[in-house]
Amino acid sequence: MTTSSAPVPTAGAAGHFEPALARRRLIGTIFYGACLASIFILLLSLFLILWDVLSQGVPWLDAQFLTGVPSRKPEQAGIFPALIGTIEVVVITALLAFPIGVGSALYLAEYAGNGRVTRALRTNISNLSGVPSVIYGIFGLALFVRVVGFGFTVFSGALTLTLVILPIVIIASMEAIKAVPDAQREGAYALGASRWQMVRQAVVPAAAPGMMTGIILAMARAIGETAPLILVGAFTFVTFLPQPLNGSYTVLPIQVLDWATRPQADFHGLAAAAIIVILVLMFVLNGLAIFVRARLSRHIQW
Amino acid sequence: MIAPSTETTVREPASGGAGPTIRISAMPARDSSTDPVATETIVELRDLSCYYGSFRAVRNVNLKIARQRITALIGPSGCGKSTLLRTINRMNDLVPTYHSDGTVFLDGQDLFARDVDPVAVRRRVGMVFQKPNPFPKTVWENVAFGPKINGYKGDLNELVERSLRRAALWDDVKDKLQQSGMALSGGQQQRLCIARTIAVEPEVILMDEPCSALDPRSTLQIEELMAELKKDYTIVIVTHNMQQAARASETTIFMTMGEDRAGYVVEQGETLEIFTNPRDQLTEDYVSGRFG
Repeated sequence: MTTSSAPVPTAGAAGHFEPALARRRLIGTIFYGACLASIFILLLSLFLILWDVLSQGVPWLDAQFLTGVPSRKPEQAGIFPALIGTIEVVVITALLAFPIGVGSALYLAEYAGNGRVTRALRTNISNLSGVPSVIYGIFGLALFVRVVGFGFTVFSGALTLTLVILPIVIIASMEAIKAVPDAQREGAYALGASRWQMVRQAVVPAAAPGMMTGIILAMARAIGETAPLILVGAFTFVTFLPQPLNGSYTVLPIQVLDWATRPQADFHGLAAAAIIVILVLMFVLNGLAIFVRARLSRHIQW
Repeated sequence: MIAPSTETTVREPASGGAGPTIRISAMPARDSSTDPVATETIVELRDLSCYYGSFRAVRNVNLKIARQRITALIGPSGCGKSTLLRTINRMNDLVPTYHSDGTVFLDGQDLFARDVDPVAVRRRVGMVFQKPNPFPKTVWENVAFGPKINGYKGDLNELVERSLRRAALWDDVKDKLQQSGMALSGGQQQRLCIARTIAVEPEVILMDEPCSALDPRSTLQIEELMAELKKDYTIVIVTHNMQQAARASETTIFMTMGEDRAGYVVEQGETLEIFTNPRDQLTEDYVSGRFG
């Protein structure tokens, strides 16, 4: 290394190198700068959003706001029905999406082989996750509200949101399943495991952290969904707590939409305060995802 | 099943283990072509050919593998050693394009018969892989895995301890039974995989280059362990390391591949014979390092 700055003597025809170290270093520095600028833009916009929301919303955040019901008078308005509505919808959605999503992913990744039909199915599930969620709302309105007859209820909303997040759950679970090394499957088979035992005892535990992370992040998405729920009846003025199978309901993002579209400035403050509540819920869910992941993967190192 | 009862006496000196004994045991009953090893056969491959799709990876293999011995399978890369090994416990059934002709007998039972479930075969013929593949579970769970899925009715704690002791791992892990099996060193992980394999009490243990990912010290430990295990088990080991084959095995099978890239068995014999006095020129070129 002591002679690295000296020009390397050329040896015959093989000596045609132009190291151009200065230029290579410059490119590296430019790339580093570009990455730094990207993260700065991200942090700045995040900060501005948070600042805007917090400065408007914090003054309205109090016990009355959390436990009260919507009202024409801003100082009396609260989000309790919407908060409970969101929790009901998200919990039912998770209970439906988790088994169906994980089951589908296991089928596609472990059982279905790699035929043309399976490949088409996988591609289409990826496409489904890109479909605008309002389309699911139209579908939910037609099927769950009208044909099946659940009406404009929490349950219809949860079924619709299940369809919205299923592709996300399936894709995340499939990625987690595919990340399990084949050596694990062979290890289980070599001990005389049946296919079901191999899947249950070797694949699922190893893929569980990734699957749990996927479902929790999908729930965060479900909390924030607005458009499909408007179509299946959540855009209502509710002053009572929703029952899952019976009667009207609303959820937090729709409460935000309602308040934010009113002309009075006080309602905009209420909308900001409700956004803070949504952000806290998201934050809790993400924290839960990290915790569950760490807990389930404590033995996994590959 | 092939060996007459009188020949079983030959096994006694052979199980002593060291080099010279091998020669003694080899002398009396040796018939060069059909039965190079005069002990009881446990696994027999009869006219076995293996295919991946239309590609024939292994052709017309006829072999007898002796009970409670260590048989090494050597040969150049791609000659079908692993394919052959993975056929014996029907592991390759899991490869979608794979199929085979011919038969494998285990204790006289045709493993490819219609009514034979590969899941049952794999408990009787265990396998240790090239790269240690413990499950992301505790050491205890790793060993208890096989017995549990196979409906073991006895005392699991006792079985786990016994298996770990037999794999020469107990002293290393007795205080870490509830720690992750993946936190062990590479050599310990491989011994854990061996413990896990013997916990289901197989008859044959197949080892597919079990030491290629290990350092020399761990390799030696595995070889010593193999010498210990052959008292109860039949071991077939694929290895690229010819010193290992020479050190650790009693019987050696040399495979190579033909013009069509299909692997075939060139010769099988006492390890000492294969390495010092092979019958076939191909074998001699390979074991002396002149293989091109």
